[in-house]
Amino acid sequence: MSAYWLEIIVLLGGLILLLVEAFLAPKQKHMIASSAIFILVLTLICLFLVQPFNVDNEEMTRFYAWDPTAKFFKGFTIVATILTMLLALDYRRILSKFTANPDSEDGTGEYYCLFLFACAGMMWMASAKDLVSLFVALELTTITSYILVGFMRRNVGSLEAGVKFLILGALSTGFLVYGISWIYGATGTTDLALIGDQITKENSTYLLFGLSLVLISLAFKVGAVPMHLWIPDVYQGAPTPTTAFLSIASKASGFVIAIRVIEPFITDELIGSKVVTILAVLAGATILLGNLAAIPQTNFKRLLAYSSIANAGFILLPMAAWDAGNDLSSKEVVAFYLAIYLIMTFAAFFILAVIHRNTGSDEISAFEGLGDRHPALAFMTAVIIGALAGLPLTAGFWGKFLAFKMAVTGGLWVPVVLGFIGVTAGFYYYFQIIRAMYWRNSLEEAPLKIRPLSFWVIVVLTALVIVLGLWPQPVYWLIGA
Amino acid sequence: MSIILILIPILAAIAILMGRKAKPIALGAATLNLILGLGSAFSFDHSVWGLTLQVLSKPSIHLSLGFYDGMSMIMVALSVLVLFAAVMSGKCPEGREKLWYSSILLIAAGAIGAFLSRDLFFFYAFHELALIPTFLMIGMLGSGERKEAAWKITIYLALGSIVLLAGLIWLVAASGSETWLFKDILASTIDPEVQKWIAALLIVGFGVLISLFPFHSWAAPAYASAPAPVAMLHAGVLKKFGLYGLIRLYPMVAEGMQVWLGTLIVLLLCNILWVGFVTINQKRLDMMLGNSSVMHMGYIFLAFAALIEAGSFEANPLAKPAAVLLMFAHGISIALLFMLTDTIRRKTGTVELAELGGLAKAAPRLAFLFGLGAMASIGLPGLANFSGEVLVFLSGFHSYEGGSLGPVQIATVLALWGVVISAVYMLRAFRQTFQGPSVSHTDENHVKDFGPFCQIPAAVLAVALLFVGLFPNSLINLLKPSDAPAPTEQATE
Repeated sequence: MSAYWLEIIVLLGGLILLLVEAFLAPKQKHMIASSAIFILVLTLICLFLVQPFNVDNEEMTRFYAWDPTAKFFKGFTIVATILTMLLALDYRRILSKFTANPDSEDGTGEYYCLFLFACAGMMWMASAKDLVSLFVALELTTITSYILVGFMRRNVGSLEAGVKFLILGALSTGFLVYGISWIYGATGTTDLALIGDQITKENSTYLLFGLSLVLISLAFKVGAVPMHLWIPDVYQGAPTPTTAFLSIASKASGFVIAIRVIEPFITDELIGSKVVTILAVLAGATILLGNLAAIPQTNFKRLLAYSSIANAGFILLPMAAWDAGNDLSSKEVVAFYLAIYLIMTFAAFFILAVIHRNTGSDEISAFEGLGDRHPALAFMTAVIIGALAGLPLTAGFWGKFLAFKMAVTGGLWVPVVLGFIGVTAGFYYYFQIIRAMYWRNSLEEAPLKIRPLSFWVIVVLTALVIVLGLWPQPVYWLIGA
Repeated sequence: MSIILILIPILAAIAILMGRKAKPIALGAATLNLILGLGSAFSFDHSVWGLTLQVLSKPSIHLSLGFYDGMSMIMVALSVLVLFAAVMSGKCPEGREKLWYSSILLIAAGAIGAFLSRDLFFFYAFHELALIPTFLMIGMLGSGERKEAAWKITIYLALGSIVLLAGLIWLVAASGSETWLFKDILASTIDPEVQKWIAALLIVGFGVLISLFPFHSWAAPAYASAPAPVAMLHAGVLKKFGLYGLIRLYPMVAEGMQVWLGTLIVLLLCNILWVGFVTINQKRLDMMLGNSSVMHMGYIFLAFAALIEAGSFEANPLAKPAAVLLMFAHGISIALLFMLTDTIRRKTGTVELAELGGLAKAAPRLAFLFGLGAMASIGLPGLANFSGEVLVFLSGFHSYEGGSLGPVQIATVLALWGVVISAVYMLRAFRQTFQGPSVSHTDENHVKDFGPFCQIPAAVLAVALLFVGLFPNSLINLLKPSDAPAPTEQATE
């Protein structure tokens, strides 16, 4: 079986489930999610079995890359979608509150199918090596995401988020197409592998302009400055599974295409240093803004949104210090960081969903007294928060450590200093959760109720954070380093 | 097998969190650690006690535990002594046993882990691990302005650690070492121009953790509000992490440090004299001890300055023993004093010097041991601090060959006044607490002398002070270069 069948399996699975959904009784819509998880697990197994396709198949090799990066990010997307689906299963009660029949699951079935389409788009993005295939894959994902964000359409917050996301997303698509046309105009090709050879002194200005436009659009995708404005509102308004999906899978696929687009430019002698400057500025500004704006937040979901901006900045650091040092390549550091980020952030969203189901609130104050109400969950939350803040001996530290190590080796001092300020600010705002859990008392004394599915997912993710904190080598095997 | 020393407290902490009986388990773990720690530190076989596992291939980082040299042994011995005293003496608030004992054990596990690490990465990481329970304990179970103190220490130490991390990453990158193991890093060299900036980052990073002037203002309030075991462990053990790191990494940046010698001398004199005067002015026993602990860091920095001036461990063979000996002595004496201060607080309900007096009549043994700790802190001959301080002053003059005094010698002469300052505040505090007429809450009807749970750990610490004071060679011999055991076993893939 050739590699590109992976996307086809997911896409076909999504279409079939959409058909099946129409014939299911309202009470059984969650079967769609279970089936979708089954399809994704199957695809994940296939990921390790598929053959690299025939290189003579030129139509395919031109558009579709099959390398360790592509393989890793496909796996990443599938795992992220599975976890999103698990989160959605426990979230469906809240989701159905805002549909036509609040008491049934009617109208929640499509929600699960849409994730499959987005997942297929992101898997394709991981392999996109031509600006055209990149654009098509990106649009498949983005358009699906619009619906996912605004899915609770009887909820004003979700609706507002959907409209904001749509307007800014359309704007960023405009930037992307415009940038692609400039690059094509300057080099005469859309194949990223060939663009590197076409850079001359004459066309370098046009290329840099085109690249900047593309980067702005990708900044929207990964949530970096200057296109970060949508993040807090959309994250807060969207259903929590969508938020988790956007903040993890969508960010990762944004980074993988950013790597593919940037590589031919940043390795070029003529304009490489200018691209480094652009990325360093973006990284510094994103880190500073994300971390400082997170400090006054009182809503945990918004806090996670700003934390997601801040993390985008930290991931931009190793990209700006392209392949500095001789330990890991930038691609591998980014992949490593994102793998850890997936574990920590999904755990945080699962915890958020548990708290929301129990208290009906996403505020940090909803965590008050958790240390007494549910000591085990409080302990796991403390570990996850510590990992997000980057405490040593948790997995979160290794990602930041490798990112900073590459930036220090590459001599990017200004972003590194900003990064350190950001990390310190991070200690402050992440520890607000710990303070609320342990130092404040809750008005409510009743123990918290956690559904077993969420509980065990949180346990597994927390255990991973601790184990990988002591022994991160397994992540290296996955990223092929 | 030295990992056992870390695993015992960690497993005990987990057992306590799972709901086992807190105090017996904590005490058992601490006692076991004391026996194993002292036993292994002074009679060990390197091939048995070492452990090296690679946890990451690129960059090559190992979980490598074992005694790197005599300095690690002394610091581990200090850690297990203070851990034992902290567990045994502390009075836990009702119903918080889980948090109390598991935090104490985790702080100690982090400190022991840092001193046992033979890999720079885990050296750093274990220290961070110890900081978290420290913050939580101060914030949740501290007294007075605990929340403010907890935030202050968190922000200060987080910032210091991060500056330090930048310095460490740069140091390893610049050295071109293939692994993060100390032995590989120390075998390589760094360009002097780069050394200068790495040295600056290390001084600031470690300096914040050691409470070097002007980064010291977190220390006294944090120790004053911290529960006594946390103050004992942090001031006694964890703060020594920074000095340990500076001395360990010093050969890498020997030339770069020269540039900052002048600045460092000014800062350390501020530690001794400025903070010394601040200490005299304190009205509370716990604040006074906190400040005095900041002040005494100045002496250890003085030995470090003498080392920088000389240029290498060989050129000034007194400097490293002086620093390490004083680190050990200060750790024991400040832990003893914090412990007894907590006893005074529990017995009389106050640590305001103005409200105390005449306690010696009601509690003669408490007065005797407190006096011993205070005398040690001043530097009375026969107690450990004296040997350390004398060696520090001697090391300051080691490279002096007649003629006009160099900066380190002038600093040494000025630092000698610190002894007078210590004598002033320590003796005055002792007089105001234990001598003079009793007041209602310090008389014999109200206060009983302290019981065995405090006497045993106090006696253990006092014996350690006396033993090292009378036989300083017992520690100094461990620091001789010829005796330093070279790590022999190879890294396992």
